[in-house]
Amino acid sequence: MTSLVALHGIDKSFAGIHALSGVDFDVLAGEVHAMVGENGAGKSTLMRVLGGELRPDAGHIEVGGETVRLTGPTDAIRRGISIIHQEMALAPHLSVAENIFLGELPARIAWGTLNARARELIRRLGFDISPRATVSDLSVAHQQVVEIAKALSRQTRVIVFDEPTAVLSMGDAKRLLDIIRGLRREGVGIVYISHRLDEIYAIADRVTVMKDGRRVDTVSPDAVPMDRLIRMMVGRPLSQLFGQKPQTTVGEELLRVEGLTLPNLVRDVSFSLRRGEIVGLGGLVGSGRTEVARAIFGADAITSGTIALKGKVFRPRSPKQAVRRGLALVPEDRKGQGVVLDMAIRKNATMANTAPVTRLGFFSGGRERGVVRGLIEDLRIKLGDMADPVSSLSGGNQQKVVLAKWFHAGGDVVILDEPTRGVDVGAKTEIYSLIHRMAAEGKALLVISSEHAELFGLCDRVLVMGEGRLRGELLPPDYSEENLLTLSMSSGAEERARA
Amino acid sequence: MTDNAAGIGHAATKDTGRRDRPSFGKLFRQFGTFVILLLLLGLASLQSDAFLTERNIMNILRQHAGTGVMAVGMLYVILTRGIDLSVGSISALGAVLTAILVQDWPLWVAILMVIGIGAACGLVSGILVAFLRLPAFVVTLAMLTAARGMALILSNGQPIMLGEPGAALAAFGTAFPLGIPAPALLMLGIFVLAFIVLNFSRFGRLVKAIGSNEEAVRLSGIVTGWYVMSVYIISGALAAVAGIIVTSRSGVGSASVGDGAELDVIAAVVIGGASLMGGQGGVINTFLGVLILGIIGNIMNLAGVPGYHQQVYLGVIIVVAVVLQHASQILRRR
Repeated sequence: MTSLVALHGIDKSFAGIHALSGVDFDVLAGEVHAMVGENGAGKSTLMRVLGGELRPDAGHIEVGGETVRLTGPTDAIRRGISIIHQEMALAPHLSVAENIFLGELPARIAWGTLNARARELIRRLGFDISPRATVSDLSVAHQQVVEIAKALSRQTRVIVFDEPTAVLSMGDAKRLLDIIRGLRREGVGIVYISHRLDEIYAIADRVTVMKDGRRVDTVSPDAVPMDRLIRMMVGRPLSQLFGQKPQTTVGEELLRVEGLTLPNLVRDVSFSLRRGEIVGLGGLVGSGRTEVARAIFGADAITSGTIALKGKVFRPRSPKQAVRRGLALVPEDRKGQGVVLDMAIRKNATMANTAPVTRLGFFSGGRERGVVRGLIEDLRIKLGDMADPVSSLSGGNQQKVVLAKWFHAGGDVVILDEPTRGVDVGAKTEIYSLIHRMAAEGKALLVISSEHAELFGLCDRVLVMGEGRLRGELLPPDYSEENLLTLSMSSGAEERARA
Repeated sequence: MTDNAAGIGHAATKDTGRRDRPSFGKLFRQFGTFVILLLLLGLASLQSDAFLTERNIMNILRQHAGTGVMAVGMLYVILTRGIDLSVGSISALGAVLTAILVQDWPLWVAILMVIGIGAACGLVSGILVAFLRLPAFVVTLAMLTAARGMALILSNGQPIMLGEPGAALAAFGTAFPLGIPAPALLMLGIFVLAFIVLNFSRFGRLVKAIGSNEEAVRLSGIVTGWYVMSVYIISGALAAVAGIIVTSRSGVGSASVGDGAELDVIAAVVIGGASLMGGQGGVINTFLGVLILGIIGNIMNLAGVPGYHQQVYLGVIIVVAVVLQHASQILRRR
């Protein structure tokens, strides 16, 4: 059988970093080809190449056996390739029918025919949604159905699903798998990206494993058991990045979280942090790790649960209160939330604690420069001038400015969300030693990371989250990426099986 | 970034030590307004002998004192990525109230009350924008209508004379201490104060930071809402001051004061290089923006351009000024 689409030897790099190297991938008519891999393995990048969003640096794309150059998303759609993104690309204020036929609406719309055609497409998927309904009134599951109907309306031959069940309830996820089986019977080629391995075993004909921008292998799920698949996804040597953690004495409890719950995102999370401890928070992206961090810091409202700082109840209402009580957050999105990019390094560094460098609300220039000079030397931030904007710095040094801000603010419970994302290896090692140092100084640290090696290299113990719940805790003797992934994924599968 | 002009002497001595040389675009963003002003000054003095006379210059300053004062408040609002459309109307309310209150109260009490009422108008807008997260455009548009309406109600649609009780105020409006019109002196004082606050105070720094990246500021433990609310209060209070200035100059409080002034004020701030996307802009450049606006009008008057034509030219000139301000970005996008 010939492939509907095939990617051959695709290379793609961003700013000198290889996101994809020499990746082959194809989809046959009437098959579900699943793709798995850790966060950052290159799955999404590859699909953006297939969808015409990114142009590959090397390699070629075949559609129906013919080599093509995709000029953009519209071109890909015209050639029968549709991508259902995790964040849906619907116009929320338009009707279902308008969304389905958006882009090919005639100048004079015959509403009757349009609505009838929309209804028929949706029926084909086994649903009954009014074509006149406004999309924003629909449930997430129904919105996804509209997306699929939209793809079908354009004579699609290949549909890519990118983490489609991440936003769905269990029942809706099951129905989605039924839809996909139906599409497969009709001869549509399907690419299915998911972290949920049980779904992959339920539906995939072939599985391609991605890792670090390369294709590890393409296998049949019948031939490869789940634990071996996980090993293929991770199996990388632990690097010597992490240095030696200084001997610290674990002291009294600084933070205790009990039954933390956030609407739809986090359910019943409990844990505690002690002085001098580095605790990891692992699990897949979207498992609720960041939400836990933001809630403790008062950035998002919590539904229920209690938080205690140094034995005293803390009801986080705003980051201001959190900072006052000695909390610090290094957010995951450095540029969007960690620093004010256009503002001077000096001004960013003192932002969380201006009292020592101001008098009656006015900055004392000399004192501020002195404080910042000390921080720059202490954290070895490489910069031209402290009056330069933070945007002039490399990613690693930008992150050090965020750390400097919290060093200066002096909190003793520090939450670091993806502290080394987008940071080069040298700066990584330095950030690790700063984290060790904070622990040695008697702070309690919570480190969120998608890099499992980082969690194991850095942390005294690792809490594992999956689907908004705390699934368990790993201690150093049990440190392995297999254990972590099994903990975060399989118990979710059991729960779904029970449901 | 420090205020543009604060960097003048500074940048010249330090540039050699910088790793990356300053781009042309960046320089133009900093000094572009100044260049435009110089060009205009040259053009104007060639065009008319009457332009570069002390009398004419002082006249420009006096006429635009109100616009200048409002531009300071508008700059603060725009730095937070907001907009205040209500300044013209609040200045009308201020003008009418000044003429009314001065009849029964000592002058300084009347002035404080007027400024307080302007600040209160700003407070209402500020709460709606900062804490209810309503769009500033709509909120201040509503305030624009409401404040103008109140001015019309209070004045019954009639101009109110300052008369004998307001003689001291009228004297202020026409005084020339140090050879400079008193209203212009007041405007300059407010600009100096605004410069110091924006560049050296915690408040000013946070206002700028919020406009660049509110979430990063919030996650540094700062309640950003207070600052956003405050800039609307400042803008309202300064609009009331502008109303007082106008009344002092004309001796009459009228509800038709400042009709459409918000557009001149926004134009001045934008010509001064501030970004409507927030976080970028400086006090000195805003002052230059006010001057440019004033000089353009003045040249056309001296050249005898008819009033209706002036409006068209003004529109063209604003676009040209902003295109020049953004030349680097426009070129980069191609």
